[in-house]
Amino acid sequence: MNKLWALKKSIWVYHVSSGSCNNCDIEILDCLTPKFDLERFGILLVGSARHADVILATGAVTRKALPRIKRVYEQMPQPKLVIAVGGCACSGGIFKNGYNIVGPYDKIIPVTAYIPGCPPKPEAIIDGVVKVINSL
Amino acid sequence: MNRKTIIPIGPYHPLQEEPEFFELEVEGEKVIDINVHIGYNHRSIEKIAESKTFDQMVFLVERICGICSTSHPIANCNAVEDLAGIEIPERAKYIRSIVGELERIHSHLLWAGLAGHFIGYNTLWMWIWKYREPILEIFEAITGNRNHYAMMIPGGVRRDIKEEDIPFLLKGMDEAERKIEMVTKAALDDPVLAARLKGIGVLSREDAINYCALGPVARASGVAIDVRKDDPYAAYDLVDWQVITREEGDVFAKTVVRLLECFESIKIIRQCLKMLRTVKGEIAAKVKEIPPGEGIGHHEAPRGEVFHYVRSDGSNRPVRLKVRAPTYENLPTCKATVPGESIADATLILAAIDPCYCCTERIVTINKRTGQRELNGQDLLRLSRKKTEKICKNIGRRNV
Amino acid sequence: MAKQDIIKEIKEKLGKKIVKWEEKPPKRYYITIARDDILEAANFVFKKQKARFITESGVDTPLSIEILYHFSFDGLSKIVTLKVLLPKDGCEVESIASLIPGASWIEREVAELLGVKFLNHPDPRRLLLAEDWPEGEFPLRQKIRENQ
Repeated sequence: MNKLWALKKSIWVYHVSSGSCNNCDIEILDCLTPKFDLERFGILLVGSARHADVILATGAVTRKALPRIKRVYEQMPQPKLVIAVGGCACSGGIFKNGYNIVGPYDKIIPVTAYIPGCPPKPEAIIDGVVKVINSL
Repeated sequence: MNRKTIIPIGPYHPLQEEPEFFELEVEGEKVIDINVHIGYNHRSIEKIAESKTFDQMVFLVERICGICSTSHPIANCNAVEDLAGIEIPERAKYIRSIVGELERIHSHLLWAGLAGHFIGYNTLWMWIWKYREPILEIFEAITGNRNHYAMMIPGGVRRDIKEEDIPFLLKGMDEAERKIEMVTKAALDDPVLAARLKGIGVLSREDAINYCALGPVARASGVAIDVRKDDPYAAYDLVDWQVITREEGDVFAKTVVRLLECFESIKIIRQCLKMLRTVKGEIAAKVKEIPPGEGIGHHEAPRGEVFHYVRSDGSNRPVRLKVRAPTYENLPTCKATVPGESIADATLILAAIDPCYCCTERIVTINKRTGQRELNGQDLLRLSRKKTEKICKNIGRRNV
Repeated sequence: MAKQDIIKEIKEKLGKKIVKWEEKPPKRYYITIARDDILEAANFVFKKQKARFITESGVDTPLSIEILYHFSFDGLSKIVTLKVLLPKDGCEVESIASLIPGASWIEREVAELLGVKFLNHPDPRRLLLAEDWPEGEFPLRQKIRENQ
């Protein structure tokens, strides 16, 4: 049995942002508000990587934030997934060639899925997360 | 490089050995000193701008901040137009003001929800963010996106507001006004909020001037500065509105200023929409080339003055772009407002500056005597909510 | 105070210290002065004339490093910019942060991004760049190219 089947229901997500303009972060938070309301699916935003199944990562990774990203990934227990949300997390976006950018995320930690957009709409984020869960 | 603004994130993580954004030196329950560390969001935008054309630069600066998404493009276009001596068409002026003011409403509502979250009024947070959604829907209707509207170019705006969309916008404004009025009344009359927010984190007028504070932070301390009145651009001198100020300088005053500003924004939008019915014509001036020189543009973003300086050598790329976001001047004011207050109030006072919250999440207290790190952001949030509960109990009311 | 007076006052106060005067009246004024005069000029504009300090822009040009101090006269729709030209060797100028606390952060930023030394700055730590960013590398100086 695929050990990731445990993630199929009620996944707990941890949100990490590094060097983002915060738009993707707000759209992720918008998913929790009454209009989209992810919590009715059991998807919970948790306060610590140690409790999380999935990381929602936003932003192009800056140099100062790099150690923190690595540490957060190490703290997560297996099985773990990383979803890169937004253009910057997927590819560096418009900041790709900046002198302070060391990302995108897949240069640093293994990324399971990419949700492009600037920012991706809440519908797109939900769609992406559901696709990931269904593919497990 | 500049801090961008907010990200409200529920999660706070107690990482131990990192340079924290906010280090509070504490003695018992009291904060003695505060240290701010930034740079986690430094994305070398000013350098990247030197390799973009003037048109592309507008899209780059839009992504400095996700919440003041149109403030940087407006300031940038003002700077390039100042450099090249371009006058934008009248219709473009009204459209710029409409988009700018819609952004102000959505940003202040976002902040109000977060402030509720920090105090422990999570219901308030959810409701206010629910009222924020119609504003985002209006954005999507007129610009095509909920955020990052891509509306501005040097010379004017990129998209027109169609005549048939105006009734939808006016209806949206009526709805928003009703909802914001309800929230404002609830906030101003609430004895718990008054006890929680009044007298906390007072920024004196003198400190506001010395730290060069901006936006609602300065206006709540009696410093009546507002770029829209002081150096008018777009349609701000063509319509009738007022600058909102308060004298007390505490967190309550900052809340009141932000909520009342939403009403002024609605007033401006209504007048601009009315003018759009009669003022026809182009929405952008034709810009052939940018001459050598320098230009300064600024805009009153929801958080304060956004300042752009652009230098050109006559080619199609800028030689230098300098961006100064308002939080850059407002954040150091915490040196004047946080020391002397209790740790339960620390997150609230920092939140009242309306800064980048992904730094508020990385906040730690250090015991002055022992030098040990003690509490983190999550703990401080808990303390803040406990204080609210205590006040509720004293007043004899169940917490919301 | 009438609109003319502020600009006339600055002209009179600085007098011979003005190296170059560029203007786009009525809103924008760029006044180049010697670096030794910046403290006196900033004191006059900020404390005496009660202008608001906006920020400092550092610009790397082939001949010098320019520091632009931007001040806003809010009620009068004017922005006055004091320009100081620094040689690339010996790139230092007196800090105005003790005079204007709001200038503290921007001077730290210009110091680390352009390699300017602000003498007597009350808190000359790094602001934006990571601790492991190499010393002596100033990203906003023209010789640094973007990562390919």
